[in-house]
Amino acid sequence: MHQTIEKCYISVNVQKADFDINSEIKTIKSNKIIGGIANFTGVVRNSGVEKEELVSLELEHYPGMTEKAIMLICEDAQKRWNLNSIRVIHRVGRLFTGDNIVLVITASAHRKEAFNSAEFIMDFLKSRAPIWKKEHYETHSSWVKNKEVDELILNDW
Amino acid sequence: MKILYFSWLREKIGVPYEELEVRSETVNDLINELIKNDHKYELAFEDIKSIRVAVDHKIIQDFNVSIKNAREVAFFPPMTGG
Repeated sequence: MHQTIEKCYISVNVQKADFDINSEIKTIKSNKIIGGIANFTGVVRNSGVEKEELVSLELEHYPGMTEKAIMLICEDAQKRWNLNSIRVIHRVGRLFTGDNIVLVITASAHRKEAFNSAEFIMDFLKSRAPIWKKEHYETHSSWVKNKEVDELILNDW
Repeated sequence: MKILYFSWLREKIGVPYEELEVRSETVNDLINELIKNDHKYELAFEDIKSIRVAVDHKIIQDFNVSIKNAREVAFFPPMTGG
């Protein structure tokens, strides 16, 4: 799903496949007025909460809504900052330790707008994108609980 | 109306979605209507504070919002994206 609002190109994908950060950045750089690019990659980790090693992480989502919900977050970011480009890729399905989960790239003429908008988008993805994580261990599985702080930090924006 | 369930709500109810003829006019009514139908809904909706709702792909805060013209209502726990 993609659209251009006031010269800001926004592109959102929810997919099983991995992504290539370099090629995504290369695409964004083709716009010559960009002066700064911020990118964040979320990766599957062993939380260390459980005694066992994480076997896999399963990401369930709401097909039909997820891309729309992420696009709304990007539109909000576009209103708040002067951006030339926003790229979000969120992976779903079964992932393993070290796998990429999410990519957020924001590009602007200046660094502050890129940094801040990327953080804003990540904060809202946590609790406003209809995605649910389930951790699978050797002997059991459990749904990841949302953190109250993730909801509270949204009030800071 | 298509009613969808995600995450542990889906597991408790046992299906990812169902097409039901509903009489309810609000989300609250719908929850009560489901609970009357089968005990499994009572268990799933036990902790109502941990339930989030989307009506036609829009997250709603007020469970008294009208669903008269809604095509899709989704129930799920707090999201854990990112």
